[in-house]
Amino acid sequence: MKIVILGAGQVGSSVAENLVSEANDITVVDTNAERLRMLADRLDLRTVVGNAAHPATLENAGARDADLILAVTQSDETNLVACKLAATMFNIPTKIARIRSADYLSHPEIFSAENFSVDVPICPEQILTDYIVKLLEFPEALQVLEFAHGKVSLVAVRAFHGGPLVGHEISYLRSHMPQIDARVAAIFRQDSAILPEGQTVCEADDEVFFVAATENIRGVMRELRRMDKPVKRVMIGGGGNIGRRLAKAIEERYEVKIIEYNKATAERLATELNKTLVLVGDVTDEELLQAENIGDMDVYCALTNDDENNIMSSLLAKRLGVRKVIALINRGSYVNLLQSGRIDIAISPVQATIGTLLARVRRGDVAAVHSLRRGAAEALELVAHGDARSSRVVGRKIEDIDLPKGATIGALVRRRELPARKNEESRHEDQVIIAHHDTVIEADDHVIVFVVNRRMISKVEKLFQVDVGFV
Amino acid sequence: MTSLLTVASHLGLIAMVMSLTHLIPIAVSLAYDDGTQNAFVLSMAVNFAVGYFAWIATRRRRRDLTPRDGILLVVLAWCGGAAFATLPLLLGIPGLSITDAYFETVSGLTTAGSTVLSGLDTLAPSLNIWRGLLQWLGGMGLIVLAVAILPLLGVGGRQIFRAETPGPMKDKKLTPRIKETAKGLWMVYALISIACAVCYHWAGMNWFDAFMHMFSTMSLGGFSNYDASFGKFDSPLIEFVAIVFMLIASLNFGSHFLAFRARSVAPYRRDPEAGLCMLILLSSCLGIALYLLAKGVYADFWTALRFASFNVVSIASTTGYANADFNLWPIFAPMWMLFLCSFASCSGSTGGGIKLIRAQLLYIQIYREFVKLLHPNAVNPAKLKGHVIENKVIFSVLAFLFIYIASIVSMTLLLLASGLDALTAFSAVVACINNMGPGLNQVGPATTFAVLTDFQTWICTFAMLLGRLELFTLLIVFTPVFWRR
Repeated sequence: MKIVILGAGQVGSSVAENLVSEANDITVVDTNAERLRMLADRLDLRTVVGNAAHPATLENAGARDADLILAVTQSDETNLVACKLAATMFNIPTKIARIRSADYLSHPEIFSAENFSVDVPICPEQILTDYIVKLLEFPEALQVLEFAHGKVSLVAVRAFHGGPLVGHEISYLRSHMPQIDARVAAIFRQDSAILPEGQTVCEADDEVFFVAATENIRGVMRELRRMDKPVKRVMIGGGGNIGRRLAKAIEERYEVKIIEYNKATAERLATELNKTLVLVGDVTDEELLQAENIGDMDVYCALTNDDENNIMSSLLAKRLGVRKVIALINRGSYVNLLQSGRIDIAISPVQATIGTLLARVRRGDVAAVHSLRRGAAEALELVAHGDARSSRVVGRKIEDIDLPKGATIGALVRRRELPARKNEESRHEDQVIIAHHDTVIEADDHVIVFVVNRRMISKVEKLFQVDVGFV
Repeated sequence: MTSLLTVASHLGLIAMVMSLTHLIPIAVSLAYDDGTQNAFVLSMAVNFAVGYFAWIATRRRRRDLTPRDGILLVVLAWCGGAAFATLPLLLGIPGLSITDAYFETVSGLTTAGSTVLSGLDTLAPSLNIWRGLLQWLGGMGLIVLAVAILPLLGVGGRQIFRAETPGPMKDKKLTPRIKETAKGLWMVYALISIACAVCYHWAGMNWFDAFMHMFSTMSLGGFSNYDASFGKFDSPLIEFVAIVFMLIASLNFGSHFLAFRARSVAPYRRDPEAGLCMLILLSSCLGIALYLLAKGVYADFWTALRFASFNVVSIASTTGYANADFNLWPIFAPMWMLFLCSFASCSGSTGGGIKLIRAQLLYIQIYREFVKLLHPNAVNPAKLKGHVIENKVIFSVLAFLFIYIASIVSMTLLLLASGLDALTAFSAVVACINNMGPGLNQVGPATTFAVLTDFQTWICTFAMLLGRLELFTLLIVFTPVFWRR
């Protein structure tokens, strides 16, 4: 696939890095030649220096035969203009733009084809905020990812002593709670993946990924570890874009305190937020944290735009007795250092957002993609098309599907038409079916596939592609 | 240690692929029944076995190439590749010394085209085609070929591509992926090569001669399967075809690729070197022709023009064919040709020398110094065809030129100390470091490098590798900083 990436910032570079190994032709555009040079030294891609919103720059970057343009420059306006140019001058089929301003996002009509032609506006801050909100809702989970509009969830949990399933074979799960259906998609033990089978024994400290209908996930987690008390008090460090959005989203549900270093920003926050207590100060100031009773907080979220500050203040908060810390960490090497250490959850903004982009780059009908474990693994929601003749998945039992090693099918979502009532349009219901060896896949099912090794992804894509000849 | 193992692993893979090239001389050998097929089969087997062993033995220790690994890989691929390629020559030509065989294969791979062999007319056809093939492979570059066809070199491919590509600005990519760039370059190279062979045949060569000379024309190498080189054919038409394709091959193949892809000549106009290169070469042809006429070497203008243009284009483009003993011309003419060969071919071409673009940048830098003297406050960036050239590029060009001159001087002195006369020593070094071929006097076009002693031959061999790998890549391996962990 020929991809043009505008902006070589954090998102742009990481996306390039994620996609470059998958036989994609990538061109990165930025105004900063030095940054591009560093990128080109590391990765096999082409770079073009110039303003991303200028036709000549896009032309140089090969926009004429590009399949996808990804506008992730610092400026929303540049991104919008670039998408418009990509549509009118170069006819690029897929245009994705990062839009940060909530104002633009609240008017979806400006993204339509006759206006700025943005096929997919993405807002990393919003995606991150949603992600953190989920984690606050399920404080036991390391990751909660949704598929099929929230019907199915993929949850990562660290197994602890005391969970009923720990020390038992996975098949025990079914006999222990027959009313709840779930499937263990993968287990990571000391950073290496184990493909679970019925007799695999779940050990303490394993990172377990399971798939279940969203309403059941709490029940499944209970099997793996002792449940925490629900979250009541949250402290947020850093009142930037993400901190502000998060506070706004959760201030009705929890008691929220937010610490912001900049006085002007703090004042603006205080006007904008109603129930949140806004504090001016340094997130690494021990006395401030202590004075604000950090020890009684359930969760501390370190969300400043500085990795080191986030790490330091999280460690400090943890020592002062907060139950759980979530830290925003951009740099991959830091995340690897800290994840299983004293910081409970490290969130990488790029990893959280990249799924949205990957869904567009993947071949075939892909409804959603979540990148896991820093891009090493991936969970995809693929739509099975065709019939038993033209497709290699439709009409088959899961045990008969020729899945590459390292891929497991977690669940299906099947749409059922309900008999229409009077004066109503046709109704339907999405039914979640957890995959078992004898489950048969039907046409138009949304299939959730977990891939432990990213090299297998192209094989999975191919598997779901309909044979040529089928229209 | 892992570094060496990684390099060995990649080298093994390259060796296995390169061993396949033996199939061509084997086929020729069978067709002409010249009795050398066993030599080639043995050489192919050794090549493949060594490569396979290196590949298998190191498969668990493989990792991505660092820039240092890349340089080491390129240097070893060239030195080692030439060493392996000597096997058929040693087996097929009884009495050939290892020194001479290595000189011959290095001269082939680096597209120098100097030879120590005489009696080429009676040499087995398969050995001749092997010499030609080495030149053709070395012309576009072994590593570029490896990057184009081996999947493994993906990311690290860029590092080694850079270490082999001639020219000061190595980061210019024609396509987003280096593999596609390498493939494109080889494709264009192969297409023009086929056209060249067809033209030679049409102009009167038999197919064997056509392919043999196509190999050395396209690579600007200069090997021939006749001692008399093009003098053997004595055909103005064949010489004309040779001139045309030598001119094509001395342009940047990147521009050829872009022109081919866009089906237009616009890329040549954007190329900062192409026009100037043609201007320099063609005006030199005319100038030397008039000079030879004035000096009375040739009686009429057309004869003078024929011999002047063939020899000037051949030497200036660093090919090294001859159809007249220009050693006997008044000394200005051959000296001017030697001067041209050190810079007249373009970056990204198959020629040698410092490349035209470096000469242009040097000129621009000198001009900037003049402007700075007159207007101390002037803002005066180095510009080439409207593009600003970064100062670090200029600096690297200056350093390059310094090392280039220092290399010529020191190697000439070594040859003088070993007992050669001044003209032979100087011209041999210039001919070798520019990958041109014949020198003057004792190593002139009518003679071979066989007159040199072993020590002198090794100096010349080193000079050829130095020139082909553009100084830095080879010299850096001899610095302590390269081996520091």
